Amino acid sequence: MKLYDIAHSRAGDKGNISTLSLIPYNENDYEMLCQIVTVDKVQQHLAGIVLGEIVRYEMPNISSLLFVCTDALAGGVTTSLRMDTHGKALSYQLLDMEI
Amino acid sequence: MKNKIRIGCGAGFSGDRIEPAIILAEKGELDYLVLECLAERTIALANKRKIADPSKGYDPLLERRIETLLPYLVKNKIRLITNMGAANPIEGAKKVIEIAQKQGLKVKVAAIHGDDINENLKSESFEIFGNEDIALELIKKHQSPVTINQSPIISANAYLGTDGILEALQADAQIIITGRVADPSLFLTPMIHEFGWKTDDYDLLGKGTVIGHLMECAGQISGGYFADPIKKSVENMENLGHPFADVFADGSAIISKVEGTGGVINLQTAKEQLLYEVINPNEYYTPDVIADFTSVKLQEIAQNQVRVTGGGGKEKPKNFKVSVGYKAFWQGEGEISYAGPSSLERAKLAGETIENRLKSQFKEIQVDYIGINSTFGDKWLSEAETPISEVRLRVAAKAKTQADAALIGEEVEALYTNGPAGGAGVRKYVNEVIGIISVLVDRNKIKPKVTYFES
Repeated sequence: MKLYDIAHSRAGDKGNISTLSLIPYNENDYEMLCQIVTVDKVQQHLAGIVLGEIVRYEMPNISSLLFVCTDALAGGVTTSLRMDTHGKALSYQLLDMEI
Repeated sequence: MKNKIRIGCGAGFSGDRIEPAIILAEKGELDYLVLECLAERTIALANKRKIADPSKGYDPLLERRIETLLPYLVKNKIRLITNMGAANPIEGAKKVIEIAQKQGLKVKVAAIHGDDINENLKSESFEIFGNEDIALELIKKHQSPVTINQSPIISANAYLGTDGILEALQADAQIIITGRVADPSLFLTPMIHEFGWKTDDYDLLGKGTVIGHLMECAGQISGGYFADPIKKSVENMENLGHPFADVFADGSAIISKVEGTGGVINLQTAKEQLLYEVINPNEYYTPDVIADFTSVKLQEIAQNQVRVTGGGGKEKPKNFKVSVGYKAFWQGEGEISYAGPSSLERAKLAGETIENRLKSQFKEIQVDYIGINSTFGDKWLSEAETPISEVRLRVAAKAKTQADAALIGEEVEALYTNGPAGGAGVRKYVNEVIGIISVLVDRNKIKPKVTYFES
């Protein structure tokens, strides 16, 4: 099963930081996501794209996780040579993770 | 003092659609309409236009938006707050007056400026050091003041808060044209004005900022940039409505949209937007407050209606964030397609050939195989399973001059006769790239200014 099957996500950008939300369709899955989708797992999954530290915020108030990925946008939105300068597609890369 | 106001958001970026704003102004029974049209780099590009022509530098869509919206705003007594002033709020405000006079409408317009500190930045009071990473580090630690020593600076704009807009609302301006203002502040100011919130009541300002943040990207909370036909279906996308919020004096709100418009507002769209571009949900910095998103509660109370309660805040930061735009480099790009048997192999040969031809002259070259690895990186290139029906090679590089940048596309084009078989559909591009660095400046050094005009 992939994260895509049970959760949705939106990517945001600030400078060279990418923010990735992870929101289960069923709020009962939140605890499981907290256990399974660790920082290490995300770091491994996004290796080669996210070069810096990843911080995970747990938000039980909305049953969601937020991953703040530093050094993730090839130097930053405005000066990256990548096609996807904002890293907008990274939400779907996160959701592509096998769990 | 009112107990409830309705604020609509008719635009979430400079190129946003105009139709949803018209529907909001015509049928939304709004008290306020906000148009958020200014991304980080937009203002630097606007400043370039202002340098070329001092009567320009406001949003290029300002005329079209105001011409279509103004009759509804006047008829329905809606006040407009927009950052379409971009690099030149005064000229933007004058343009609104010109349009109002042509349409025979009476309006009072306020231009909020003072965010442009490019001149001050060059003076002694602002030290110059660092690169972007250091600047970001400093932002995190909230130190100041810093600037940069990179290529020539073309703009420096502070993110102002509610101060200037509040003065304009108190002076009964109907149309408020700002330069750089923090996006949530565009929404927070009418709450302060109408509910009599104190500007040091950080709990209420935090709650209002949460509402502003949920609203500021317009269609992103009403089903736009959300739809996924497999997992998240959205109906009537082509008529996607933009949101309005019924905001209450206690800092709670109900977010909804005009009946009959397309899209959807539900728990999922609200959660995605709440977390969008948030780098620390415990401390969301704006010029007015440091807001807390971890105590926000969202509740779906009816179809296309989400209630927002909770949230809070603490004392506003001592510094303003300043976006500094600088001339970074010229970007050259070229693209060519390969299709059918051995398409990936031929594309790779073309990519390697180009890289070998360019590498002595360009330090940073990006080679992408679109359809294979251009968004998620090289891991996918090694895992790609052939045969692949088609792949598009893209080569991009940074250059010091426009002429050098043109060489990239020229080399890709030359693959027609000097590269692998069957290369097709070349496109080439040259663009000047404006970089943005965010720095912090002592807020006491920056004062918003308000200038009024009447038609």
